[in-house]
Amino acid sequence: MSTHHFDRYIDASSAVHALDARIKLVFTLLFVLVLALLPRGAWLALALAALVLWLAVVQARVGLRVIIGRSFVAAPFALIGVTLLFSRTGTVLFDVPVGFATLQVTDTGVLAFATLLVKSWLSVQASLLLMATTHVADVLVALRALRLPATLVAILGFAYRYLFVMTDEAQRMLRARDCRSATLAGRRAGGTIRWRATVTGRMAGTLFLRAYERSERIYLAMLARGYDGEPRTLGIRPLQPADRATLAFGAASLLSILWLGLVVR
Amino acid sequence: MDGMSNLPVVALHIPDGFLSAPVAIAFWAATIAMVGLALRRTSGALNERQIPLMGVMAAFIFAAQMLNFPVLGGTSGHLLGGALAAMLLGPWAGILVMACVIGLQALLFQDGGLLAMGANIFDMGVVTAVFGGWLGRGLLLQLRAQKWGLLVAGFVAAWASVLAAAALCALQLTLSGINPVVVFPAMLSVHVFIGIGEGLITVAALGFILSTRPDLVPDLASDAPARPIGRGAVGGIALVGLLMAAGAALLSPLASGDPDGLERVAENLGFLERAQDAPFNVLPDYTVPGLDGSISTILAGVVGLLIVFALAYGIAQLMRTRREA
Repeated sequence: MSTHHFDRYIDASSAVHALDARIKLVFTLLFVLVLALLPRGAWLALALAALVLWLAVVQARVGLRVIIGRSFVAAPFALIGVTLLFSRTGTVLFDVPVGFATLQVTDTGVLAFATLLVKSWLSVQASLLLMATTHVADVLVALRALRLPATLVAILGFAYRYLFVMTDEAQRMLRARDCRSATLAGRRAGGTIRWRATVTGRMAGTLFLRAYERSERIYLAMLARGYDGEPRTLGIRPLQPADRATLAFGAASLLSILWLGLVVR
Repeated sequence: MDGMSNLPVVALHIPDGFLSAPVAIAFWAATIAMVGLALRRTSGALNERQIPLMGVMAAFIFAAQMLNFPVLGGTSGHLLGGALAAMLLGPWAGILVMACVIGLQALLFQDGGLLAMGANIFDMGVVTAVFGGWLGRGLLLQLRAQKWGLLVAGFVAAWASVLAAAALCALQLTLSGINPVVVFPAMLSVHVFIGIGEGLITVAALGFILSTRPDLVPDLASDAPARPIGRGAVGGIALVGLLMAAGAALLSPLASGDPDGLERVAENLGFLERAQDAPFNVLPDYTVPGLDGSISTILAGVVGLLIVFALAYGIAQLMRTRREA
């Protein structure tokens, strides 16, 4: 495994890749915020939002199918939204028998649930597009430029850098446990739940010790290379004309989406 | 790597779209305030040596969340890690570590939304740090002379941290328009059991570390002098306690003793209809319809009682430490 294992970055040369990471980050956040502000059933606004987003995806040459294919990560959570179907007063569309009772699906319930699903789905895609076109390192620089405290950015950077190392470590431990945990078909294996949890807890403890000791080695190695607590990075590139154009286009799109959703309905 | 496909405690990582804008923004503000406070409180201790440590600790929590153990029927228990991080590193450092973990999970895996990140960090980072860092550490320092001290302190703190995070998560969803009659019982009944796994793993991990490298956790090691616990700690726990009490109060007779996925949902939906017998009017006044007596009410009461008992015990212990100090 390597640092890039967790990256959702898709290499391509496109206008979106070349954009300033600050702009991409801010617009992704604003896009998600605008979606959250839309009332239920604002289909016109949601359609425009989808159009703008997919235009950007096509522009980025990362493949609309790839982004949509990855966009169902939040689907299990939709289970919680299902309850919206039944919990709104409105015209009853149909009844669902559940055991001894029946549930009434109302039109407002369906509307609320559908809106929620679309909003969630588009939000995930926006965040996927950001990470598909921006290196994590650039996101961190952008976060620093947007005034996130330097300590926090440094911690995030280290966390990202060592994510795969610790994950590798954890997977080796899991593999080792599996190797020592044979199961006979038809026989109950593996002791009580408390015993299993204790084994897992000791694995977590071991992992902590390894992480701690590794961080000391890292610190010493950094000292050897002249680390004095100040991270040194290249300066932020000033905004290019293309960045400014995107800024204008993005602001206009977001305002239009809001206007369609809140004023026109 | 298939381990990534079943990332743990997905139920608590709220995606975007589920929280209304005011709720999301309010919790972003609360999270920014707490993380800012944590940065300030750790700035003395966070010298250049600690920064790699904090980063690797965040990676450790992330990886430790992959460690799972089979429970029943294909379900597995894992670690959320917030309480463990706060017990090992202290509450403020715990908040920073968990904020980084949750931030990276949202950015890298879309596990939890961007707008919802404030709420997610508050639930799984701040609330768990309050329980692990103040309740857990306080209890441990009180009880460490006893053989069962670690077991009780670690378990209570970790279990309560998961339950409190779930309750707050349910509260956020309720405030955003999701029906509390379903979301509270569903969240709490599942996490009552997830919390048991969390508690057992946390205790074992702490025990292992304390017996092999006590020098790494000088605050917890048995020869360290007991430190007085400040008023802030009691205030923090009281605040979370109030939030949980709100959650417990919203618990309708729907608390199901059966945590099994589909069955649970079906049961909840079944109960939901019964609640609908009364004219349905959930959000406007946050009343929970159908609070008539039943076995589920008793179950809900037991859960509530356990929460209140754990909190009262923890606060009493903290108060005692302060008086003695």
